[in-house]
Amino acid sequence: MAMDAQDIARMIREGVPGAVVEIEDLRGDGEHYAAYVRSAAFVGKSRVQQHQMVFAALKGKMGTELHALAVHTIPVTEQEG
Amino acid sequence: MDNKIVFDRIRNDINMNDVVLYLKGSAVFPQCGFSAAVVQVFNHLGVAYKDFNVMEDNELREGIKAFADWPTLPQVYVKGEFIGGCDITREMFASGELQALLQEKGIKMSNAA
Repeated sequence: MAMDAQDIARMIREGVPGAVVEIEDLRGDGEHYAAYVRSAAFVGKSRVQQHQMVFAALKGKMGTELHALAVHTIPVTEQEG
Repeated sequence: MDNKIVFDRIRNDINMNDVVLYLKGSAVFPQCGFSAAVVQVFNHLGVAYKDFNVMEDNELREGIKAFADWPTLPQVYVKGEFIGGCDITREMFASGELQALLQEKGIKMSNAA
C-alpha cells in the first residue's frame, strides 16, 4: 500500500534534523511524489549523503513502498522558519 | 546473503568501465522512467557507457543496493565512484556539474550540451 504525502513529510521531518519538507503530488496517483527537503544538516555533505539521510528517515520504505519518490535536497545555511 | 561475490563483480565492472549504468531494463529498452531518464542524459551528452539490466539478475539487483547503500535503481558510476540515481544525475546535468565531472575525469562527451 503506497504512503500518503503527509506520512512521507512527517517521517522525513522526524528523521532529518531541522528539515523543512514540501511534497509535490506529481500525478495524483498516490505513487508519484517529489519531496523537496531543506535542512542545515545537509551543509557540507555530498548529494549522495544528503539523499541517504532522507532514505534513512524513511526507514526502508524507499525502494519498497516508495518506488516513485523523487528526492530533492537543499542545504540551507541558516535554519529557516 | 553473502555479498562478497557480487561486490567483487560490481567492483570489477565499475573499475573496468569509465561510466556504468545499473538499470531496470536495458539502455535500449529501459523498463522504468527513472532508468530511461538516466540513459537519456548520457545519450544526450554522447558519453559511452556500459549498462547492466538488474531485472535479469536478482543477485545483482539486491547486491548493487547493498554495495552503494542506496535502495533504488538506476545507479550511476563514473570511474568507479557512485554518483547517484536519477534525481542526482538530472540535477547535476541541469547545473552542469555532471559535464564538469566527466570532463575532469577525462571522459569523452561527443556532444556536450
